[in-house]
Amino acid sequence: MTPGPARSAQWQCIRGPLAGRKTDAAALRLMKQGGYSVPNTSKGTLYRGRQGMWSWVAHRVTGIAIFFFLLVHVLDTALVRVSPEAYNHVIATYKNPIMGLGEAGLVAAIVYHAFNGLRIILIDFWKNGAKNQKAMLWGVLILWVIAVVPFLVRHLAIVFGGH
Amino acid sequence: MATPLKTRIAVPRSRDNSVDGIKYNRSGSKRNNFEMFAWLYMRVSGVLLIVLIFGHLFVNLMMGDGVHAIDFGFVGGKWANPFWQTWDLIMLWLAMIHGTNGVRTVIDDYAEKDRTRFWLKTLLFLASGFILLVGTLVIFTFSPCPTGADPSLVPSFCPAP
Ligand code: HEM
Repeated sequence: MTPGPARSAQWQCIRGPLAGRKTDAAALRLMKQGGYSVPNTSKGTLYRGRQGMWSWVAHRVTGIAIFFFLLVHVLDTALVRVSPEAYNHVIATYKNPIMGLGEAGLVAAIVYHAFNGLRIILIDFWKNGAKNQKAMLWGVLILWVIAVVPFLVRHLAIVFGGH
Repeated sequence: MATPLKTRIAVPRSRDNSVDGIKYNRSGSKRNNFEMFAWLYMRVSGVLLIVLIFGHLFVNLMMGDGVHAIDFGFVGGKWANPFWQTWDLIMLWLAMIHGTNGVRTVIDDYAEKDRTRFWLKTLLFLASGFILLVGTLVIFTFSPCPTGADPSLVPSFCPAP
């Protein structure tokens, strides 16, 4: 890169709640708009303290959980290459009520991660994203309820309804 | 925006870039854009994964008998169709790379010792590579009607033995 004005998208924090993020462009925009609370007050900033940080913690925890489930899920599906019996035997465990609750939790985690992921993308790319991050978090939670509640009603009916 | 890369403090470096007496030390031409592409990849794959994963969950858990309908015959029926083969293949690669890169970030954040970070990431990449290999092979080499299988367990379109 030739010397010159930094492209803000290249800024990356390496420590703290902002780690791995390159949202300084968004944070700066927020500062310019005067909607930025001064650091060192209890109000926090975009990713430190309050909703900004907790939504990030939840995003990280759900992301890691989904990743480890995916590792296992590819392996259990690979049993179709072993034999129909082997696959059916292991998949049968996914149908018991305890696992059914686990699946419900997993879907709830994926849906949160997905919608909050969209919020992160909007914070980074939409010019009013940073200013509206808190409102968008409410949007994420509302969409989450709208998606997860009907899912739970149907999935738990299937799991506990028996066959 | 004034560039924060500018510094007037002379820090001795093996290779100083200076323009108009101002040193730009942090953006040497040797640096590549890997991190920027990784960052972009997280966002692009995320958007695609919403469609792929929501579709996957809906078809497998909400339609028909939901989780009760999943067995060898169900998977065989889906993968007999190139549409679902392609869907699952793209979903596998996008999600595995997204998840691996995400966990890489987490390791970088919390593992402070160089050696710990190195080994954790080595383990991560090996595990991810293995899962990608297995998953891809399974999608491509799967046969819905294996010879000699119990006819009651295979998809209904399989020829009677
Ligand atoms: C459903 C669609 C998904 C969307 C929209 C999405 C979106 C995102 C976004 C925007 C980030 C932030 C990246 C950054 O800060 O640079 C992220 C992080 C992450 N995602 Fe996803 N993702 C999705 C699915 C997944 C899946 C399936 C997995 C697991 C295989 C996963 C695992 C992770 C992990 C581990 C992180 C890192 C968390 C962190 O650094 O705090 N995500 N995701």
